[in-house]
Amino acid sequence: MDLVQTNLLNPVVLAFVLGAVAARAGSDLKLPDPVYATLSMYLVLAIGLKGGASLSESSFGEIALPAVAALLLGAATPVWSYALLRRFGKLNVPDSAALAAHYGSISIVTFMAGLAYLDSIGVAYEGFVAAFAALLEIPGIAVALVLAQRGMGGTRNLAEGIRETLTGRSIVLLAGGLAIGMLTGTAGLEKVAPFFVDPFQGVLCLFLLEMGRVAARRLEDLKSSGAFLLVFATVAALVHGVIGVAIGTWTGLSEGGAFSLGILSASASYIAAPAAVRLSLPEANPSVYLTPVLAVTFPFNLTVGIPALHALARWMA
Amino acid sequence: MDTTQVKLVTIIAESVLEHRLVNDIRRLGAKGFTRSEVSGEGSRGRRVGDVEGANIRLECLVSEATAERILEELAERYFENYAVVAFVENVAVVRGDKYI
Repeated sequence: MDLVQTNLLNPVVLAFVLGAVAARAGSDLKLPDPVYATLSMYLVLAIGLKGGASLSESSFGEIALPAVAALLLGAATPVWSYALLRRFGKLNVPDSAALAAHYGSISIVTFMAGLAYLDSIGVAYEGFVAAFAALLEIPGIAVALVLAQRGMGGTRNLAEGIRETLTGRSIVLLAGGLAIGMLTGTAGLEKVAPFFVDPFQGVLCLFLLEMGRVAARRLEDLKSSGAFLLVFATVAALVHGVIGVAIGTWTGLSEGGAFSLGILSASASYIAAPAAVRLSLPEANPSVYLTPVLAVTFPFNLTVGIPALHALARWMA
Repeated sequence: MDTTQVKLVTIIAESVLEHRLVNDIRRLGAKGFTRSEVSGEGSRGRRVGDVEGANIRLECLVSEATAERILEELAERYFENYAVVAFVENVAVVRGDKYI
């Protein structure tokens, strides 16, 4: 219970709540679109730089096993998500594949909130886990698109969808940030730390203020989502998170590192996957896939998922 | 002043389509275009733009034949599944050879 309280009393989480409450109350609070886009670029580049600097300090042996496990997890998550959604959710092929892409892929902001939580309780973690974000994101989307192709009898242009995923700004910035961080190492990171490290949590607060607004606006669409999707949105987060923590622990990550992999796996994408799915799977209904992700999984992870997965990681370590 | 009649094609679409639409109109013969970010609502309601920016508006001045080809392409590839609105107007321009 203490962990839950510590997590909830984090400015990052409370900024999300404020954004949501303001939106429900009909406030005009809203970040201008270019500011929102700039903040998201800042956050992704910053996490890439930090992850890259950490990669440059780590040995191959330390990284290889958890990295391969993360890649396999990223490819497996959409497969079982798709099967469950088709079989028990009775969703059509495009909607199932779209949701599988979102839950196979990750939310970098949820991950950042998880790291903010670790910082606030003083638990150390392997910074290179940020690189696993890319390893989970890309196969998650690609496998889901392949499933859609198979399910629908394909003439669609998969290569185009996958290329668009890879060139999307979040992947480019994350991969680019990791590369810059690796090349310049800790010394390079120190040069940009006053801009990219120190103000990070403040910027994250601003970003989550806007996320709160976006999530709250989706709440009214929940009624049409149906009970199955609501249950799926929470159970998928928990189950994927538990698998992530377990894999992290078994492949040698520390308590903080295993938690980081867990919260990454638990999260569902709302930037890279929606764009890729919209372009490659236009038949899928955006309300069906965005509402559970934004209105259920994201707030669930932020409030309950983070402390729950940390408790599990601590117990397993 | 000497003016030429050309067609002004306006396309308003969800922003994820931007690169595809720009490639399409270029390929079909538009020599240039103007792009702006716009917002609004229509029969398809809210969209992915919730988190990835609003809609885009592309305008281009083209010959009648190119305008036809653009509309046909839009109808074939986008109208069914995407939020796309397109219309054509007659306009008069100076330096007509710049556009067609």
